[in-house]
Amino acid sequence: MIPAINIQDIHKHFGALQALKGINLSIEQGEFFALLGPNGAGKSTLINLMAGLLRPTSGTISVMGHDVQRGYRQARQSLGVVPQELVFDPFFNVREMLRFQAGYFGRGSENDSWVDEIIESLGLADKASTNMRRLSGGMKRRALIAQALAHKPPVIVLDEPTAGVDVELRQIMWEFIKRLNREGHTIILTTHYLEEAEILCSRVAVMKKGEVVALDSTVNLLKSIPGKSLRLKIKESFLPESLRHMIRNQEESVYTLSLIDVTQIEFILSELRKSNISIEDMKLLEADLEDVFVDLVGDHA
Amino acid sequence: MFLLIWLVIMLEKQIIHPFRGAFTLFKKEIMRFWRVSFQTVAAPVMTALLYLLVFSHVLSRNVQVYEGVGYTQFLIPGLIMMSVLQNAFANSSSSIIQSKVMGNIVFLLLTPITYTEFFLAFLAASIFRGLVVGICIYLVSIVFIDLPIAHPGFVLMFGLLGSALLGTFGIIAGIWADKFDQMAAFQNFIIMPLSFLSGVFYSIHSLPPFWKTVSHFNPFFYMIDGFRYGFFGMGDISPYFSLSIVLLSFLVLSWFTLILLKSGYKLRG
Ligand SMILES: Nc1ncnc2c1ncn2[C@@H]1O[C@H](COP(=O)(O)OP(=O)(O)O)[C@@H](O)[C@H]1O
Ligand SMILES: [Mg+2]
Repeated sequence: MIPAINIQDIHKHFGALQALKGINLSIEQGEFFALLGPNGAGKSTLINLMAGLLRPTSGTISVMGHDVQRGYRQARQSLGVVPQELVFDPFFNVREMLRFQAGYFGRGSENDSWVDEIIESLGLADKASTNMRRLSGGMKRRALIAQALAHKPPVIVLDEPTAGVDVELRQIMWEFIKRLNREGHTIILTTHYLEEAEILCSRVAVMKKGEVVALDSTVNLLKSIPGKSLRLKIKESFLPESLRHMIRNQEESVYTLSLIDVTQIEFILSELRKSNISIEDMKLLEADLEDVFVDLVGDHA
Repeated sequence: MFLLIWLVIMLEKQIIHPFRGAFTLFKKEIMRFWRVSFQTVAAPVMTALLYLLVFSHVLSRNVQVYEGVGYTQFLIPGLIMMSVLQNAFANSSSSIIQSKVMGNIVFLLLTPITYTEFFLAFLAASIFRGLVVGICIYLVSIVFIDLPIAHPGFVLMFGLLGSALLGTFGIIAGIWADKFDQMAAFQNFIIMPLSFLSGVFYSIHSLPPFWKTVSHFNPFFYMIDGFRYGFFGMGDISPYFSLSIVLLSFLVLSWFTLILLKSGYKLRG
């Protein structure tokens, strides 16, 4: 099957700044994919290159098999982009904007029922005739998503869709995006909320300073760092020899021990008892993308 | 003309697909200025009428430009054309700069609309606005003053080409400017002087030789003189010559604009 997105050796320079330094990435149709990374990693730049808003310094990108430069018309037909900034056109209301947007893609009145459906699903029905200027931030964000969907693109890219969005709306948006994915759309989102990638996405690329530093399924990425870990605060400042290989981190008498599975806790406790070391505090830590993130992106990695 | 109306109806009914993107953009541009027609149509009509009132009152007794043409009569075609040109420029330039500043130009840049379609849609909307303003001024003026049209063909040709030229100029200005004050500078230091020094209020034959020569380098002069010829059958120079100059300027400027759009200058980094 043709990949939804195929990125080959993409470089993008802004003057002296190398915003992207050779990105290779292929995203399959039907995937729910996250681009994860701190601010300035180059996520938006990569998306803007997919969308044709920027042109690469070198390298190629195709969307559903269409090169974004040579076959830009087909590539753009296949792509719906939700920009990071809350942009809007102050002259028109929500429904007008959606119809125009569909019209730019060559869709006419036969598409109006789809427009109504998006308005309905995104909870915009009672705002459909409201001027864009008068919408709240959250509503503007929904309208922005709606606009990206107006021409029913098979591939949908959301650039930090839930940045600055309240918890309730975030839930609504997650449900909606999940539904789009179930209905067969390929979803790519960028985020620096790790929770978001963890809950929604099946595969994650972690970006750092213009490079992909990790690319794996969310599950594997979680596995690649020690699963759970145990944080111990002990009276003495050394651990018995038998436990030393498990140490992941030590700060004075606080040790973090990696666990392959939870039953190791009993072994740890019995070893400590044998050596007459008493425990002051103990906590079992869950692994999450935050750990992966810190490991990969943090400077102490 | 009928062909044009037929085309619009077919597009409205969405029977013709390939141009729908560009047509939607054209329609949106029309709606955009129509929503604020008080500013975009009523205000320029009012301004033109005020000029007419003031200048005709002050000068009408002293000036006779052409045989059998009163000064007020002489003034109207020039004022109409000046408003047509300024409004055609304003339409494309303000729309593009606003979209850039607001950031909503991405909605357009994300679509499969080609750069040629982009150009044609903004151009057509500018022409439309220019002509609407021009026709309104004409209709209001003829309530007060007798103003027959000797050569409607010339009036139409200069109206269309003039607004097309300035609409194109507006597209370039909109793409180039990053801020509203740059656009205001463009308007105040290029468009306004050129339109005021083009012979709207006088015939260049009444100018000293030096300024007469200078006027020949002002493209607005040819548009105004040719347009006026359409009304009176008289002008400072041959209307065919003016028409050639305007047509040539339009072709050169369109070609330049298309190159600019194709390169993605200031629109696609
Ligand atoms: N148009 C631009 N001109 C110059 N530098 C830019 C431009 N866009 C982005 N950058 C720079 O490129 C880098 C990557 O930015 P961006 O892609 O927005 O990161 P992210 O979306 O991951 O936060 C940053 O250092 C940013 O300052
Ligand atoms: Mg970003």
